[in-house]
Amino acid sequence: MTPTTEIAPMKEKLVVIGNGMAGMRTVEELLKLDPALYEITVFGAEPHGNYNRILLSPVLSGEAQFDDILLNRPEWYAEHGITLYAGSKATRIDRVHRQVIAADGMAVAYDRLLIATGSRPFILPVPGHGLPGVVGFRDIADVEVMLDCAQKYRHAVVIGGGLLGLEAAVGLVKRGMTVRVVHLADTLMERQLDSAAGQMLQQELESRGVEFLMGAKTKEIIGRQRVQGVLFEDGREVSADLVVMAAGIRPDIELAKAAGLHCERGIVVNDTLQTYDPRIYAVGECAQHRGQTYGLVAPLFEQAKVCANHLARFGIGRYVGSVTSTKLKVSGVDVFSAGDFLGGPDSEQIVYRDPGAGIYKKVVLQDNRIRGAVLYGNTLDGAWYFQLMREGADVSAFRDSLLFGQAHLGDAGHGQHSPVALMADSAEVCGCNGVTKGDIVHAIRSKGLFTLDEVRAHTKASASCGGCTGLVEQILASVVGSDAAPADHQKPLCPCTEHSHDAVREAIRARHLTSIAQVMRELEWHNTDGCPTCRPALNYYLISTWPAEAQDDDRSRFVNERLHANIQKDRSYTVVPRIWGGVTTPAELRAIADAAEKYDVPMVKITGGQRIDLVGVQKEQLPAMWADLNAAGLVSGHAYGKALRTVKTCIGSQFCRFGTQDSVQMGIDLEKFSWGSWTPHKFKMAVSGCPRNCAEATIKDFGVVAVDSGWELHVGGNGGVKVRVTDLLCRVKTAEEVIEYCGAFMQLYREQARYLERTAPWIERVGLDYVKKQMVDDAANRAALHQRFVAAQRIAQHDPWAARADSAHRLDFVPIKDLTPSLPNAARA
Amino acid sequence: MNNWIAIGTLEDIPRQGARVVQTASGEIAVFRAGDDAVFALANRCPHKGGPLAEGIVFDHHVACPLHNWKISLENGEARAPDVGCARRYAVRVESGSVWLDIQGKADAA
Repeated sequence: MTPTTEIAPMKEKLVVIGNGMAGMRTVEELLKLDPALYEITVFGAEPHGNYNRILLSPVLSGEAQFDDILLNRPEWYAEHGITLYAGSKATRIDRVHRQVIAADGMAVAYDRLLIATGSRPFILPVPGHGLPGVVGFRDIADVEVMLDCAQKYRHAVVIGGGLLGLEAAVGLVKRGMTVRVVHLADTLMERQLDSAAGQMLQQELESRGVEFLMGAKTKEIIGRQRVQGVLFEDGREVSADLVVMAAGIRPDIELAKAAGLHCERGIVVNDTLQTYDPRIYAVGECAQHRGQTYGLVAPLFEQAKVCANHLARFGIGRYVGSVTSTKLKVSGVDVFSAGDFLGGPDSEQIVYRDPGAGIYKKVVLQDNRIRGAVLYGNTLDGAWYFQLMREGADVSAFRDSLLFGQAHLGDAGHGQHSPVALMADSAEVCGCNGVTKGDIVHAIRSKGLFTLDEVRAHTKASASCGGCTGLVEQILASVVGSDAAPADHQKPLCPCTEHSHDAVREAIRARHLTSIAQVMRELEWHNTDGCPTCRPALNYYLISTWPAEAQDDDRSRFVNERLHANIQKDRSYTVVPRIWGGVTTPAELRAIADAAEKYDVPMVKITGGQRIDLVGVQKEQLPAMWADLNAAGLVSGHAYGKALRTVKTCIGSQFCRFGTQDSVQMGIDLEKFSWGSWTPHKFKMAVSGCPRNCAEATIKDFGVVAVDSGWELHVGGNGGVKVRVTDLLCRVKTAEEVIEYCGAFMQLYREQARYLERTAPWIERVGLDYVKKQMVDDAANRAALHQRFVAAQRIAQHDPWAARADSAHRLDFVPIKDLTPSLPNAARA
Repeated sequence: MNNWIAIGTLEDIPRQGARVVQTASGEIAVFRAGDDAVFALANRCPHKGGPLAEGIVFDHHVACPLHNWKISLENGEARAPDVGCARRYAVRVESGSVWLDIQGKADAA
């Protein structure tokens, strides 16, 4: 007896056992990929829609209502055509007939089955564990029992001093109970904290009224009608009206085991989250992957994504395990830990301890890379350490100030400077779109958001210049409690693919791919057209890797790079001719003035890069205007492109009484050498004629500062979203060397930075030492890089304006048909 | 009441691109998707009036060049969570010629 009708279309049937966060996340991901592939049935043991289990603690403590933490309401299931049996427990999986049987005997057939049964609290098997008043801390029913007890009774005992137990204890204290926490080990949260941090935590919680019985082993739970007390092995006894068992969780694998699926601690799954029966998948806390089971939300979402991908028959995603961090969600108590926080003989520890202020920080390093961290009292930098850890970043450059946090890095830290926890709700986080911290927190809570992309879509925060991305990620981490975002180097380039930037570029190089269509085919893109995120990136990777072979795809360029002008908000364009090294002539100025008058340019503006903006030109006029400018010898300044922009100069030794070298000539030479090249992001240079540095070379991507004995070369500066002073790369003696180093640096950046990554974050990611090794210490590699740049320039270095002023491209600039003012020449059907 | 006007050939519109038709009541963007399907929308993004014809065309969508709103070519609707709709026009291709109805609204796609 199945609930489906015989006349239903022949969709495959997907049955999901478990209506929790892992199961529903997988369904949501699947619906995004292919909403119509399956007829979906969901069994949930609890009589509700899916809710955010992470936020049970705030419900217990009264900081949130159950309604606030609902993720999927009943209407959501109906809208997506999902049959939900809420409060109906699946009791058997019949693999032979491929059906799931519920407690009431109902059977539902499946083609594919997803098990997401989660976990159960581990109830100590001591006498009396079944008495009324003994609960786990797992679901909303447990919370209801606890709230009910808090109204009627006084004494609570929490067995287990881990994350869940402590959250329960603090919540119950807030509800007016006296609470004793019983813990077997000598340190609280010993799986997440070292003993120093554990003791500080204990003191803090004691000051809030929680009592602790450490090293206490429970022998028996006493009581007749209901629980009355707890007896310990050492003879101690305490009275209790409520006992919360928080001594750990166990993957809920009963169903799977009974169905004969291979289980160890959890249901054993492969990298596509399939069990030993390939029709059956398992995700979340019940699954065991590569020997690991997870009890946190971030890994579970990563699994959901891969599983959905496989269910949708793309089958190219792989789950390879997760690195996790934890954060205690007790307001006012800040604890963070990640990775290997204890350290061993082959690692080092850096420790900061200020008991008076209640602050403790420990970072475990191995080979100058973070292996783990514990923070107590001040966890603002947890997300930062965690990111450095996942990226495997070399921290030697700022090791001495590592424990003072990201804000302390100053110029070297290309990151945000305002810790999120201290920000007021009214503080503006995203300056581009006017989004406050309060807006973001509200959206995360009310819409159930977990990822940066979701926050971007719903609030627009960090969706424009991206300058606040780190802040938004920290806010997300502080609200959700655990960092759900995967590390950059493994993040898919965009939703069209599972491959990261680095993996795509490597495939283009290794497999000699030369067109976007070929990349999408070879790397199994989810759709044939890609999207506005991946196509420009692919186009860049192709033309920078195979400049002689790959065809530049106009249709995968943003409008500015396609029309070779900057679009403005009123749909007009800005035209910026190149002014080599910032030096011009009366004849050039006359030509610019003539063009400005002839084409009625509303604004003529001097730019920060020592050239002239002609702002407000209509698209149709661009080719004619360019032809006029070309006639005077002026070419495109690429002010619109991810390309070499300007080379700013000061007057230099030719006229300046302080100048030590001819910075003007050097600027002109550098610009003539490098113009026309495409780069991952815009690329700016400057040349100063003496260390007074009037050309501001130390906030450019490549800055040259003349000294008496030659030239200093500076790299990785930025004067925009986040100001960053350059790092000194090296000193050279001759002008030829400056050019060679410039070519080598630009090529290294072109070949290795991710698309839309400026030199500043790129250098912070790979380290200045790496850049030096590649192109300062290794002369042969420097020469090779330079040669590759020169070779690419032979193809790239042509004026796009001249090419487009001719008739072949003119069609791009004129309407296909002009039907104004009446309808002239209109053929009628 | 239809008012079909021949505006040019399919080849006049770049694949994954668009061309503009000027009319007395404003510009209409005529898109040619990667699969050669042809669509027509008012050339104004419902967000801040960006010229949709200059956006990157992918599948049956276009990304507005000003703020990257993704607009469905099929129904003119902005992709959630953004909300807005660009006016649609009926367009068809007959033996290589593209015909546009600048008065009538397109039927539901």
